[in-house]
Amino acid sequence: MARIGVFTCWCGENIARNVDVQSVAEQAAQLPGVRCSQTHKYMCSDPGQKLIRDTIAAERLDGVVIASCSPHMHLKTFRKAAEHADLNPYLVEMANVREQCSWVHSQRSRATAKAVDLIRVAVAKVRHNRALEPIQVPVTRKVLVVGGGVAGIQAALDIADSGVPVVLVEREPSIGGKMAGLSETFPTLDCSQCILTPRMVEVAQHPNITLHTCSEVEQVEGYVGNFRVTIRKQARYIDVDKCTGCGQCWNACPSKKTPSEFDYGLGKRTAIYTPFPQAVPARPVIDRDACLRLTKGRCGICVKKCQADAIRFDDQDELVSEDIGAIIVATGYQLYEIGKPDGQGRVTGYGEYGYGRYPDVISSLQFERLVSASGPTGGEIRRPSDGAVPKTVVFISCVGSRDNAKGLSYCSKICCMVNAKHTMLYKHKVHDGQAHVFYMDIRAGGKNYDEFVRRAIEQDGAHYHRGRVSKITQEDGRLIVRGVDTLAGEPLTIAADLVVLAAAMRPATGVEDLAQKVNVGYDEFGFLCESHPKLRPVETNAAGVFVCGACHGPKDIPESVTQASAAAAKVLLMFSRDRLYREPEIAHVQESACAGCFACRRSCPYHAIDPAEIRDRQGQLVRRVARVNPGLCMGCGTCVALCVSKSVDLEGFSEEQVYAMVESLR
Amino acid sequence: MEIGYYPGCALHGSSNDYEMSVRACLAALGVRLRELDDWICCGATAAHSLNHKLAVALPARNLGLAERDGMEELLAPCPMCSMQLMKARRLLFANDALQQEISAIVELDVRGTTQVCNLIQIFQQVGYERIQQAATQQLGEFRPACYYGCLLTRPPGVVQFDDCEHPQSMESLLSELGAAPVEWNYKTECCGAGMTMANEATVLELGHRILSNAAAHGANCLVVACPMCHVNLDMKQAAINQRYSAEHDMVVYYLSDLVGLALGLAPAALGIPRHFVVRK
Repeated sequence: MARIGVFTCWCGENIARNVDVQSVAEQAAQLPGVRCSQTHKYMCSDPGQKLIRDTIAAERLDGVVIASCSPHMHLKTFRKAAEHADLNPYLVEMANVREQCSWVHSQRSRATAKAVDLIRVAVAKVRHNRALEPIQVPVTRKVLVVGGGVAGIQAALDIADSGVPVVLVEREPSIGGKMAGLSETFPTLDCSQCILTPRMVEVAQHPNITLHTCSEVEQVEGYVGNFRVTIRKQARYIDVDKCTGCGQCWNACPSKKTPSEFDYGLGKRTAIYTPFPQAVPARPVIDRDACLRLTKGRCGICVKKCQADAIRFDDQDELVSEDIGAIIVATGYQLYEIGKPDGQGRVTGYGEYGYGRYPDVISSLQFERLVSASGPTGGEIRRPSDGAVPKTVVFISCVGSRDNAKGLSYCSKICCMVNAKHTMLYKHKVHDGQAHVFYMDIRAGGKNYDEFVRRAIEQDGAHYHRGRVSKITQEDGRLIVRGVDTLAGEPLTIAADLVVLAAAMRPATGVEDLAQKVNVGYDEFGFLCESHPKLRPVETNAAGVFVCGACHGPKDIPESVTQASAAAAKVLLMFSRDRLYREPEIAHVQESACAGCFACRRSCPYHAIDPAEIRDRQGQLVRRVARVNPGLCMGCGTCVALCVSKSVDLEGFSEEQVYAMVESLR
Repeated sequence: MEIGYYPGCALHGSSNDYEMSVRACLAALGVRLRELDDWICCGATAAHSLNHKLAVALPARNLGLAERDGMEELLAPCPMCSMQLMKARRLLFANDALQQEISAIVELDVRGTTQVCNLIQIFQQVGYERIQQAATQQLGEFRPACYYGCLLTRPPGVVQFDDCEHPQSMESLLSELGAAPVEWNYKTECCGAGMTMANEATVLELGHRILSNAAAHGANCLVVACPMCHVNLDMKQAAINQRYSAEHDMVVYYLSDLVGLALGLAPAALGIPRHFVVRK
């Protein structure tokens, strides 16, 4: 016989304003199986929870319905309260009479009736609830960090410093990411390399970090605490252990014409190269598409020059397997492609700025290389076309950002600060130069950020014009920038020597592939989705997978680092227990009824269903059935809906329960 | 290949040299033009700024006629016409109530099944490669500045043709035919269009800029696909020279002129001698 307690919350006035709580409680008391019905002004408060605990004990309740807010808000709270009163927490259900009732309805009498119905349904369900035990899974204490930019480095070092081994995978030949290519950073103008490179060296020397560069995640199997990750290490053609990084090879390499990726095409590199002098690992790599030996079978000068016998032209891609407990994705960003052909004869956005046609129209990351001491001009600001020092530079904000017509709808967040920084760096190097900025709004929220922009304007004399640029043309070697100053209310034409486009931030290429491998959602722009925007900002909906840095959304360095440390803390928290506990509300296959059609397996978004073989005593295969991996199943119920033979059911949300809920409304 | 043809007012009036050129050139490519019977104004002149409903109804009537006559495609060589027709078609597609109301007004059930295209799109359909194979003359002596003006590529959401700020379709066609189109800055700037009657000073200034920029980038002729552009740059060239003491001597061809020349047609057959600025 059911002994169910119903506890209806006033939520201050949130519920009581539109729902007659007292009347609801009285009607709930009449529902079949209900032993007692109580109310409290704040059920989630300590006295409210005490009321629940005491009533469970006094009335020897075997089921509880809390009529209050959304289960997202407080289901855990109330289940814990029941557990303290020795009631299995999975015998507690919630009726959402706030978000789904009092907040959205204005007629008090009808809202009250609906609240009673919601409770009626929850009572019908809880009568069929079973006591469940959390699923325990073992945990491998090793972390995979994907991406070796500043976020990945920070997360890897935090975790490694606490004694947990880390596998850091980086696609490029060196770690360092975008930050390694920056000249100086806002709002302090400290040198980017000076703050980052010591951290990169720390990574290389850390006994707890295994670094794989030129590598990508090929496959991810398993589940939280027990991932098996396959990493593809691309052929580097260098024996990294033998190589001393002396530089004889790249100094002698005759193939010198490949545009340098690190300099965004502003400089050239050799076929055997390190992307930049401070690269970690400080070992070269051979570009197989540029190397004369690998493409045409001749040359081989590097082999002759190498004293350490470290060149390996027969090097092959290698697959490395690692057992991993948690994964941190920190794959970062790339710039929005400005004015690139889309393959159908059209140009994607901003053909009017002439990027790609006029050599002196460059992106903000290219400008960083022009200012950087390690850049192609050695830190002197010289424009790409003729090497002249530009006397007038125009910086354009929001190229691709906040533009529904041509670009992306979101704000890239860092460009306002980047522009201010660029005008300062420029004015510090070219004292008689003119720096102009065209902007939509100045968004400089952050510690010391607005002061920084004011400094650019007031101390360094940058000219800020509120308005957009409509067209850039080239006449007599100068760039004619035509725009509008909306504050002055007049068109503005500036003859410039160099134009810098602050292009939007987009997630790095390939992030969708990776997201699918680790079952993490991503938005329409490819940014990875966090579990909750406020309360679970580095967790994802895939258990054991965390995000940090610009793969999650546009971010500056301080924010990326903060988020990376947060992700590291979350991983360490997960590792602080011997075993992981997972919610038991997952799918379960009744194998005797399963027809083995595997419609469930094809539909499962978490790849949680595997075929299992049923064998007789002689070991003969009888048939194949579907089996749910309890580590992976997230309890979404897609398989239940699709199963033709009705042999899958969801614990805690069984068909029996759902039918009872529907029946209760008849 | 047969295709519906909507001349619009200009091609039957002041710019009948353009019609001559389009007809001769397309005939040489085996494209038969079937002129829309009983066509009316496209609404480009005053209607679109005075009366929204009229601005849809005028082109809608033409679309309805084309549908009635079973035309799958309708060529409007004037970009003002093609844009108006495309815009009306788009509006009718998006709004059932409007579609019914306009159909009642024009006394034709306008469904928007007829595709509208500009002159360049017809050449694209014929195929640049096929045109190149049919060509008998190389256009090597021509260094054209291809001028698209305002409406061939805009509004981008309506016409959905080429990159609206940096189009390349005329350049690719003429390069195929041996010409050497120049890169220049004013290919999508305004020529003054309808201001030619109301405010001639503006038209002359804009025309002067366009002609100067084309010349500065090494062009020896301009190529247009719009009757209005042709008027403002060709007919007004003398007035521009007078006003700015300039010495522009820039022949302004229609795109079909140059394609026709490449196909071996005589300049007279294309109406080229009827331009105001002629090649000496």
